[in-house]
Amino acid sequence: MSGHNESILREPLITGSDITYAKITDDILMPVENKPNRAWWIGFIVSLMGATLWLVAVSYTFWNGIGAWGLNKTVGWAWDITGFVWWVGIGHAGTLISAVLLLFRQNWRNSINRSAEAMTIFAVICAATYVVSHMGRPWLAYWVLPLPNQFGSLWVNFNSPLVWDMFAISTYFSVSLLFWYTGLLPDIATIRDRATGLRRRVYSIFSFGWSGNVKTWQRFETVSLILAGISTPLVLSVHTIVSMDFATSVIPGWHTTIFPPYFVAGAIFSGFAMVLTLLLVARKVLGLENYITMFHIESMNKIIILTGSIVGVAYLTEFFIAWYSGSEYEAYAFVNRSTGPYWWAYWMMMTCNVISPQLLWFKKIRLSIPATWILSIVVNIGMWFERFVIIVTSLHRDYLPSSWAMFYPTWVDVSVFVGSIGVFFTLFLLFLRVLPSIAIAEVKLLLKTSSEQAKLAQIKEGHLDKVQVKEYVESLEKFDSVKQEEYAKI
Amino acid sequence: MSNIKYILGSFGDPDEMMHGIEKLQENNIKIHDVYTPMPIHGIEAKLGIKRSRLDILAFFCGITGTMSAFALIYLTSVVDWRHNIGGKPAFALPDFIPIMFEVTILFCAFGLVGSYYASTHLFPGRAPRVMDLRATDDRFIIAVDAKENADHSKIDGLLKEAGAIEVKHNERKYISYE
Repeated sequence: MSGHNESILREPLITGSDITYAKITDDILMPVENKPNRAWWIGFIVSLMGATLWLVAVSYTFWNGIGAWGLNKTVGWAWDITGFVWWVGIGHAGTLISAVLLLFRQNWRNSINRSAEAMTIFAVICAATYVVSHMGRPWLAYWVLPLPNQFGSLWVNFNSPLVWDMFAISTYFSVSLLFWYTGLLPDIATIRDRATGLRRRVYSIFSFGWSGNVKTWQRFETVSLILAGISTPLVLSVHTIVSMDFATSVIPGWHTTIFPPYFVAGAIFSGFAMVLTLLLVARKVLGLENYITMFHIESMNKIIILTGSIVGVAYLTEFFIAWYSGSEYEAYAFVNRSTGPYWWAYWMMMTCNVISPQLLWFKKIRLSIPATWILSIVVNIGMWFERFVIIVTSLHRDYLPSSWAMFYPTWVDVSVFVGSIGVFFTLFLLFLRVLPSIAIAEVKLLLKTSSEQAKLAQIKEGHLDKVQVKEYVESLEKFDSVKQEEYAKI
Repeated sequence: MSNIKYILGSFGDPDEMMHGIEKLQENNIKIHDVYTPMPIHGIEAKLGIKRSRLDILAFFCGITGTMSAFALIYLTSVVDWRHNIGGKPAFALPDFIPIMFEVTILFCAFGLVGSYYASTHLFPGRAPRVMDLRATDDRFIIAVDAKENADHSKIDGLLKEAGAIEVKHNERKYISYE
């Protein structure tokens, strides 16, 4: 805690010159303790309309069966599994931020992990509803579980990646929820101790009686570290298994060993894009510029360049191997993807996922909030198309040319997808109102070491290397929340 | 004898609080507990809190998960009801690994968090045992049992000297019960 200062070369993680522990609590709890503003209500009503649409479309599917979707004899998976993989992928960034970055001691995760993890949970909920509704007879969804049964005592097929997927997604969801909720306990206690009346009672129940004594905190840190340690391989395994839903089949275009790493990179790529889409708005509307700084945004953009480039390399490798393998079916699947009737989807994917993220190499673009926000949405569109291309173009022209077909979505397909976005945003907006969107306790940890004011005090003491100080002051220029004139005289 | 049960030193800064702990310990005053809004590293060593054994427990929970998953798959698809899938062997160990892995993580996480909640008495609806409401906000609280340590003015003095913003004499142990 005390005794040593962080290197001046590291950019501050909390900006502003009058930040105290009390101010951190006040700033972060502002949306929780006050009435929502107009922006929130508008967003919430629009999302709720989306969620209602989802309810209608999913009920319609349950009632009429999956014939309500545009699927046909040839294309048996389309928007449903596209949506499923898209949502699961989005979820991965939350775990990456909370687990992998914790193991690597990346302190900048402290101010974005809470909302990213919430996003994970909501995204996995959206994904899981797709899995259930695509089963056709959702009331029999429990058949995927290995339960003793009366149907001739036939067990589930443990060799099937679809069964692995059930285990992976349910473990992922429950472990993420556990990790998220355990981290929330101290912050719920903070709300509890500031509230009165009924509000205090409600938060008291959900705080599990947290008191913040030494032993609880010490154990808390052990638990967080172990959970991070086990969540890291978990998150990698989840998308690996999702990719095996495809890779273990014998469909050209799916049957490739590159799928697991390629899907995992794609998942992190799309997840970080979604985190940016949400947080760039949340930081502005909730006034959290001092905690989610330009440094955070730039760091996330750098991860997007990295994972986007991995995805790009994977696309090219896949293409090369399709030709190099000498398998004419495989080669055809790829020629058909890029030049066949779905060429527009393929090139949409290529542009959005491979070309446009490369713009982030330019510092100006990387540090521009509007540009970053637009690019984050472009990436998400691209990643949706990636899954669509993989699924539909591999299926629509099978081994028998007489059964070649195209896929046309019905209004139900479109409504389930648009509606699931509504469900996601409804849950996220409710989360912003009832729980702190930033991990309060974890941000307080940074105040004395990594905040702008601590570093400014260090500079004023005057024992630091002049060159390093100069470099530090220059790095502050990109921050929109730093008062530059304070540094003009240094 | 006064009715004071606990003396609370309320600090605004974690380093000053650490200093306060040292001061009290130098004078052989036993500290009941310390309440902070965030984890403070190094404090557990000072207060003699033992290293957590949750990591060992997590390992055994994980191993239990691995074995349970293996047992489930083996007993169902090798012993109880073999599937003939293209004549391939029923005991296909590589295919068992993904589920064994997932169940390992599942058991490990639930066993770990469950024991953590149990050992630190956290469960839904538990009445919070809070001595100072600002301990979850911006204050770092050192609690000293007033009955065990009779010289109250000395404790006050030491806490103030270390930099305590205020020193409270509480007649109730927990103020959060009403």
